[in-house]
Amino acid sequence: MENSEKTEVVLLACGSFNPITNMHLRLFELAKDYMNGTGKYKVIKGIISPVGDAYKKKGLISACHRVIMAELATKNSKWIEVDTWESLQKEWTETAKVLRHHQEKLEASICDPQQNSPVLEKPGRKRKWAEQKQDFSEKKSQEQTKTKGVPKVKLLCGADFLESFGVPNLWKSEDITKILGDHGLICITRAGNDAQKFIYESDVLWEHQNNIHLVNEWITNDISSTKIRRALRRGQSIRYLVPDLVQEYIEKHNLYSSESEERNVGVVLAPLQRNTTEVKA
Amino acid sequence: MPVFVSTRGPETFSACLDSSGRVASARTSNTPALPCLGRYQVIGGIISPVNDNYGKKDLVSARHRVAMARLALQTSDWIRVDSWESEQAQWMETIKVLRHHHSELLRSLPQMEDPDQGNASSPASTAVPELKLLCGADFLKTFQTPNLWKDTHIQEIVEKFGLVCVTRAGHDPRGYVLDSPILQRYQDQIHLAREPVQNEISATYVRWALSQGQSVKYLLPDAVISYIREHNLYLRDASPERNEGLPAQGGPAPSFPTSSS
Repeated sequence: MENSEKTEVVLLACGSFNPITNMHLRLFELAKDYMNGTGKYKVIKGIISPVGDAYKKKGLISACHRVIMAELATKNSKWIEVDTWESLQKEWTETAKVLRHHQEKLEASICDPQQNSPVLEKPGRKRKWAEQKQDFSEKKSQEQTKTKGVPKVKLLCGADFLESFGVPNLWKSEDITKILGDHGLICITRAGNDAQKFIYESDVLWEHQNNIHLVNEWITNDISSTKIRRALRRGQSIRYLVPDLVQEYIEKHNLYSSESEERNVGVVLAPLQRNTTEVKA
Repeated sequence: MPVFVSTRGPETFSACLDSSGRVASARTSNTPALPCLGRYQVIGGIISPVNDNYGKKDLVSARHRVAMARLALQTSDWIRVDSWESEQAQWMETIKVLRHHHSELLRSLPQMEDPDQGNASSPASTAVPELKLLCGADFLKTFQTPNLWKDTHIQEIVEKFGLVCVTRAGHDPRGYVLDSPILQRYQDQIHLAREPVQNEISATYVRWALSQGQSVKYLLPDAVISYIREHNLYLRDASPERNEGLPAQGGPAPSFPTSSS
């Protein structure tokens, strides 16, 4: 396929990044190789969007540090960058909103008017773009029909994320639909069959299966942030598991300890809080 | 073959080995995180790339492998590369490499003179460093391969030096030790290091990914990746037999919903 016919893709990864590890970074590389390898897509950018402190996850340290570590980790990357919008919001922001924010931001930055978009010379053009996009998303069911001119923001994640869709009250069903319908998922997993089974057993995932790309991770890479924090509490080395600059930063600021791990203990996770409150309301 | 140097000393700290078989120890920790290893203080690490005449498949020239190891260790303050083994005229048995490095170690010890008695110098009376062979569990298993090792060498390795073995998925190092009379006899000299964070980066996978034009960023240090590109290494995956689990053909893994392997 000609480059001009390929859909441009931006990979967005949301998460705690507490701290960022080499595994997170590998997700981007694997996804990029995979999407480019299909011949239908061209990955133009990767975005790391650390979650805000209002998420209230156990052991979550200040967003300020998490953002800096992510920036240090991507210092030598030509295409992956860190975005602080989500972390700067006062309230916790649903993933669907973060995706929409970045999609709108992307579209607003495209200067030349495409045939699908109205001529935008009036003030408040951002709002107009958003409305137009909303209309189009509702009509279109397959991303292949979108013109090349509009890059697509897709959510990059691991298999645990996919399975989290099954956790009660963690996700609003309309958000899952927006994430899968308007954007799409690229899921890196080493247990492809389990992920396929999970998709098969879920009506909403099954409906949007064309928008879910499963990428095989051939090498088992278990470098989770939880294990990194545990190793640090035990005085064990995390060298070669996180980028050197991140390891130095953690050491310099003594970021993770038994105390930091006790943060938010007993506090309800923001999405659970919000979704159960709204159900009751 | 990587080795590391250890000495018995008063300080205690954990020598936790990381996934690539390199000792990643918290040298400044005051608390003994792993009480059973409280006897040792790791003072150095040596990576000794094998000689070209070893004849292993897909082995690129030693000068490249040494250069890449040096680049990888640029930022390490305690692990170094030694090219002695790779510079020999022929392949050397592991035991000879161990003996060489041990004698080098002894020679480099500070010699102390007794000012009162004016005696000839002798090595410092504090503990003599021990040299131990660091390896992965897959290496331990090779002791079982017929004709690969001389029994006398295996014995000398475990009796005179000692082994530090990092676990690896799909291997049972404890089982290998118990299955071998020699290893079992010297099991106190064989330290099995648990690897809490499984990280199965194998050079075989890296070579395969490179041959497919896929990214190996964050699997190798950036400096090593640059070196590989500059010298056009590992462009062709010459090996027709592949490790189990790797795809039969190049390209991306099959996408949903086609059945994957």
